[in-house]
Amino acid sequence: MRLDIILAGVGGQGILSIATVLGYAALESRLQLKQAEVHGMSQRGGEVQSHLRISDRPIYSDLIPAGSADMILSVEPMESLRYLPFLSPEGWLVTNTTPFRNIDNYPELDHVIGEVKQVPHHVAIDADAIAREHNNARGMNMVMVGAASLFLPLELERLKEGIGYIFARKGKDVVERNLATLEAGRSFAEEYRAAAR
Amino acid sequence: MKNNTLLLLGDEAVAQGALDAGISGFYAYPGTPSTEIMEYALNSQQAAEGNVHRMWSANEKTAVEAALGMSYAGKRTMAMMKHVGLNVAADAFVNSALTGANGGLIVTVADDPSMHSSQNEQDSRFFGKFAMIPMLEPSNQQEAYEMCFSAFELSERHETPVLLRLTTRIAHSRAGITRREPLPQHGITLPQDKRQFVLLPAIARKRYKVLLSRQEAFEQEALDSPFNRYFDGDDKRLGIIACGIAYNYVMENYQDSGCPHPLLKLSQYPVPRKLIERLVGECDRILVVEDGMPVVEEMLRGLLDRDLRVQGRISGELPRDGELNPALLRKALGFEAQPGGTVPDGIVPRPPALCAGCSHIDSMNAINEAVRDVYGDGHVFSDIGCYTLGALPPYNSINSCVDMGASITMAKGAADAGLYPSAAIIGDSTFTHSGMTALLDAVVENTNMLVCILDNSTTAMTGGQDSHAHGRLVQICEGLGVHPEHIRTLRPTPKTHDEFVEIIKEELAYEGVSVIIPQRECVQTKTRRTKLAKQGAQ
Repeated sequence: MRLDIILAGVGGQGILSIATVLGYAALESRLQLKQAEVHGMSQRGGEVQSHLRISDRPIYSDLIPAGSADMILSVEPMESLRYLPFLSPEGWLVTNTTPFRNIDNYPELDHVIGEVKQVPHHVAIDADAIAREHNNARGMNMVMVGAASLFLPLELERLKEGIGYIFARKGKDVVERNLATLEAGRSFAEEYRAAAR
Repeated sequence: MKNNTLLLLGDEAVAQGALDAGISGFYAYPGTPSTEIMEYALNSQQAAEGNVHRMWSANEKTAVEAALGMSYAGKRTMAMMKHVGLNVAADAFVNSALTGANGGLIVTVADDPSMHSSQNEQDSRFFGKFAMIPMLEPSNQQEAYEMCFSAFELSERHETPVLLRLTTRIAHSRAGITRREPLPQHGITLPQDKRQFVLLPAIARKRYKVLLSRQEAFEQEALDSPFNRYFDGDDKRLGIIACGIAYNYVMENYQDSGCPHPLLKLSQYPVPRKLIERLVGECDRILVVEDGMPVVEEMLRGLLDRDLRVQGRISGELPRDGELNPALLRKALGFEAQPGGTVPDGIVPRPPALCAGCSHIDSMNAINEAVRDVYGDGHVFSDIGCYTLGALPPYNSINSCVDMGASITMAKGAADAGLYPSAAIIGDSTFTHSGMTALLDAVVENTNMLVCILDNSTTAMTGGQDSHAHGRLVQICEGLGVHPEHIRTLRPTPKTHDEFVEIIKEELAYEGVSVIIPQRECVQTKTRRTKLAKQGAQ
């Protein structure tokens, strides 16, 4: 088993919380993991990405080779497109559709979403809206984990444990809310896939 | 996580490795990509229980010197910095090769190929070679951990400082680390030769001969090192030398089949010539793969460069600059590129920006109105920190960013040349790092210039480390001899904009050194502090 995921977003959106949940699930499944992160200057509202590699064999490169990512998982639509050269032809693009506009020349959203829909295997999800519906305005990242989970060879139970692990400190309520958010993201992706067929 | 396995960044693996190897003191100045070593040590329960010294230093030079002092006293110690920080520490670093070490001394330097967060991509291996000391360069996070043990042993066995070189990708990538049984710290033992650290010419000449005489032993260590490995291969049309992390990018391309070519994995220096001779002797061509500058490739090619069989960054098989990646190696090894998508039209870059509510925004706006809008663009020298983003739109405020502290000294030189006005903007932490001596130069001549010390009470760009300047800036400026009437402080907000502009204008009218200190806490550290206080109250 080999799984290469590019996590994408804007500095400050918290893509590393996604990496933590997926990483936890991988380690609990006794898999190996490497996770290249962006620290420093770009964290100030710049484009950020993380290369997450999971495998049952030793992993060499910390970076995912171009053209071989199994998934781009992005919390921002324009950012999802920036890393297309990394996506394998069979790979999935799973992206939030709520734009993060901190630049003046942000392209037309219709154009961005149009490009997302050009990708053969994709899920476009308004994760911010779903998170709000579940009374968890800051749970957008967990909606994305839920949506992605449908296409990942990781057990859902392990992902839930991962959520339990990272939110444990904040209390049972927060854990429960994020678990519900995860399920909502996953259901959305199921419907999206069914509709696309 | 379970057992003794931890999921750590390369930086954190170094900190944990040093702690488990019995370190007694960490010294560092924050700098991407090295910052997380000290941050991990600061948060470590193990370090707290062992009473391990872990505090930020004023700059990289004071860090290396303090580490050298701890080594003198017989304890294991480490100084950490980014690559350009080693320039600041170079005097201490190079001379420590002559004094030698007593307790194990590691200087850990994180290089930044591709300049993700830096002003150049210099390769610290040149410094290691220059200082003529052993160097270690991990290929993965587990090695980074192990190398702390080996480096301390190496340091103590040969009484020498050891350079541990990381690159961004190791430093900021996480992997599982298997820990070893921790070692106890050393007690105090002074060096047997009480004049060893006195580099008077007569002694320094002896010490230099000692350093020279150790070179053979250093190379033998590299030859015997478990981190350097020679893998045989049947296809001898090509031989590969893979330095540090470059080994992973090579192997990424052979993970299913295994590498068919003889391969030298090089992670400890000086370069062991016997292994190179073997590889060169049995292969038609040699590909040298290094993340950083072509240090080993250049050695192999030599000045006359008559042997055209050596390939790498100089010959063009790999790009001359920038970070390596698996795709670049794929091409250099002769494989076809993997098909991938292209970035659609209209996807624009998203550069980093000052945070909403950042006090630097108010400073940039005031400086623009009082300086640029009156005298034109070209009068503002700046420095290294978040405020360097003032170079970008919408501010377009600053005209330089060279090295820590250079804003003040460059403004002085330009003022000496007759430029008026000549202004410097520098952050509080950068000021105490390297700006104080610069300001003293200006005070001594009462140069007609303006210095703005943007005080956000933290080292913000690297994530909000404590600043040595905190609460001391006015006193420092007074102590350096700036006239108290021309040390002006204010709280920069959109509301105080007019007052700020007026102060700048008044001080530009003064013929001499003026210092303006806009003081307002970084919004990031403030938010974090408020959050922590709230959690504490619950």
